[in-house]
Amino acid sequence: MLSRVAERIYWMSRYLERVENTARLMGVYTNLLMDMPAGVNIGWYNLVSLNDAEEWFDAHYRVRDERNVMKFLLADRDYPGSIVNSLQGVRENIRTSRDVVPAESWEYINELALYVQDNQSAGINRGQRHEFIAQVIKSCQQLQGLFVSSMIDGQAKNFLRLGRNIERADMTTRILDAGIGVVLENNGNVLPTTESIIWANVLYSLSAYLPYTKRQRKSVKGARVARYLLEDATLPRTIRFCGESMATVCKTLPRNKKVLKKIDQIRKSHYPPLDDDNAVLDVGFSDYLNELQLLIGSAHELFAETWFTLD
Amino acid sequence: MAIDWKAYNPEGLYDEIISSPGNPRVPAKSLVSYLRSLSDEQLQARRASADAVIKQMGITFTVYSEEGNIDRSWPFDIIPRVIALKQWQKTAAGLEQRLRALNLFIDDLYHDQKIVKDKVFPEYILQESKNFRPECVGISPPFGVWAHICGTDLVRDKDGRFYVLEDNLRVPSGVSYMLENRAITKRVLPDLFDTEKILPVNDYTSNLLEALTSLSPRKISRPSIVVLTPGIYNSAYFEHAFLAQQMGAELVEGSDLMVADDECVYMKTVDGLERVDVIYRRIDDLFIDPEVFNAESVLGVPGLMRAWKKGNVALANAPGAGVADDKVVYAFVPQIIKYYLDEDPLIPNVETYLCVNDKEREYVLANLDKLVVKPANESGGAGMLIGPHSTKKERTLFAELIRKNPRNYIGQPTLSLSTVPTLVDGNDLEPRHVDLRPFIIQAEKTSVTTGGLTRVAMKRGSLVVNSSQGGGSKDTWIVDTGAK
Repeated sequence: MLSRVAERIYWMSRYLERVENTARLMGVYTNLLMDMPAGVNIGWYNLVSLNDAEEWFDAHYRVRDERNVMKFLLADRDYPGSIVNSLQGVRENIRTSRDVVPAESWEYINELALYVQDNQSAGINRGQRHEFIAQVIKSCQQLQGLFVSSMIDGQAKNFLRLGRNIERADMTTRILDAGIGVVLENNGNVLPTTESIIWANVLYSLSAYLPYTKRQRKSVKGARVARYLLEDATLPRTIRFCGESMATVCKTLPRNKKVLKKIDQIRKSHYPPLDDDNAVLDVGFSDYLNELQLLIGSAHELFAETWFTLD
Repeated sequence: MAIDWKAYNPEGLYDEIISSPGNPRVPAKSLVSYLRSLSDEQLQARRASADAVIKQMGITFTVYSEEGNIDRSWPFDIIPRVIALKQWQKTAAGLEQRLRALNLFIDDLYHDQKIVKDKVFPEYILQESKNFRPECVGISPPFGVWAHICGTDLVRDKDGRFYVLEDNLRVPSGVSYMLENRAITKRVLPDLFDTEKILPVNDYTSNLLEALTSLSPRKISRPSIVVLTPGIYNSAYFEHAFLAQQMGAELVEGSDLMVADDECVYMKTVDGLERVDVIYRRIDDLFIDPEVFNAESVLGVPGLMRAWKKGNVALANAPGAGVADDKVVYAFVPQIIKYYLDEDPLIPNVETYLCVNDKEREYVLANLDKLVVKPANESGGAGMLIGPHSTKKERTLFAELIRKNPRNYIGQPTLSLSTVPTLVDGNDLEPRHVDLRPFIIQAEKTSVTTGGLTRVAMKRGSLVVNSSQGGGSKDTWIVDTGAK
């Protein structure tokens, strides 16, 4: 398979995952807002910081309020990570890989891009945001389903999996970061009930609430949720799970030694304070997540170096 | 209300379907009676289903505009054009003859230039040719063939005869639309394929694959063949992807290829570098290798010319083949055929006046309102003057252009192109002008498409068939009537 085609499939998959995850992130914060008692500050700007997008945001907006942050994440044409731009990324990559991906994917992505374009205000205004986000997530899953059920089990599918899992791992660290961000925003002055609402929402946003309760059979607590989302081997969005999936894929690809070593670091990554169920999560955890993001970033660079650029 | 064939009147033009109002030509008889049997609703339904098929199959071409590039659905008319097999066989033989002679001509220009020495072909034309590539002198590509794929534009005049309008020897496009047109028609008018002997067209891609394979420098059973595209923003990208897919070849961009120290071409794959044997390039000469031609080109592959000259990779069409794709050279093709093959041309040229010759230029300047004036090296119908449809201002401008650079212009009489009934608004049938682009392949063997791509000028009276300028297209049927 051509390196360029592999790279396009990989990015297509990353962008698609990014669209879904950004929508999920918008959903967490919106729900949190409704659950939080009056007076608790949930800091919409966190959504910008945890995507490392301050520079883009600050260039265009002065007020860091809900409306501007939503507009930025959803519709900003200059911010490369916005939903509209990520969708564009999916579209362009499908368009240029049409000989590799199922023909219907072109139709589906056009439908989704059109929907987002026509319903931007629904996503920005709180009133219809829930429906909007649900629709976006649904359409992303439709595409994922199409790929899983109709692509042949070859290299293209491998790069699809690789893109999906690295983006997922990255986003899970950011969604955890969103949770800790709200806790820290209020200087640890949140009531235990409020804190459990925050972490429950983090779980919801990753479709992980029910799996968590089934597995843990314990109440929702920051340290437990964090450990679960980092280290559980069965839930598809945990760091561990994404790491294992990437390793499985990479084992079938050529020249994989360095890459596998790097992925090992990701899947075995461990934050010792979490061993204590009652640990209080502080800024140290946020720093740990940042390091994990850097590790994921360097894995990406290694993929590119190994399979995408041969000069 | 079904189609009223008596009301359809081509008014003195040569119509390919009917000979006089109400009387179909022999090969079109069953088509006409079939269409007559359809009610308005049925006809509408066929049309709608063609539109749906085109959208569903994603048949598009790209139009450049200020609002960005738009992929437009392929404009298609469901009523096919019908040509009798007997007439087509003669035409096909003429096309093969033409390409054989042109390839001998190109090969001669890059070697001994006998035709110039023998004063059959004027030296000044060669000296001023924009498409002669000195870098190619002395190269001997396999079978002496430079132009492996040629798209020749044919028109029929009042007398119904085919004339050659131009030869496209650089990177001719359109063949995928010919194939798609047939695929659409099979879905829309399936009944007719039972009763009529309509010859199939779908052997093109396998002929192309066979020809490309025969060019491979490595004599291995499955040489590695790629289609080199300038990329997604090229108007023919759809076709590049289509052909690659049909041949099972990789669709590559310049950045996917590299020339290594051994002067062989490799493509960059996930498994590492993989040797490439044959490149069907759909990028213009000047962009294929920044080392030799346009240094700014990011579409090409540095070192490609070195690899080609060494014989380590085959390029189709060969660089430099465009020297014969020039509207001034065109005027000499009858002499070229005579010179190399000692045969008379089977398909005539359209009469052509070379503005570089004083007498002919004066004639062109005096008759700008009657002639078609074309620049020598443009494609897609750009920069043309159609005399009878022009304004005074345009004619003044062209007179100036011709005087400034006579070498670059030719004049031709305005032909009354043949017409084919075409559905316009609602269910109205009106005559529309058409041309035909068959594709000729030459490598180890020679072959011609069965028919070709029919393009239609969708506006009443218009002679402009280019899809970039509002032209449409039709399926082309070569029908075996049993006549010998």
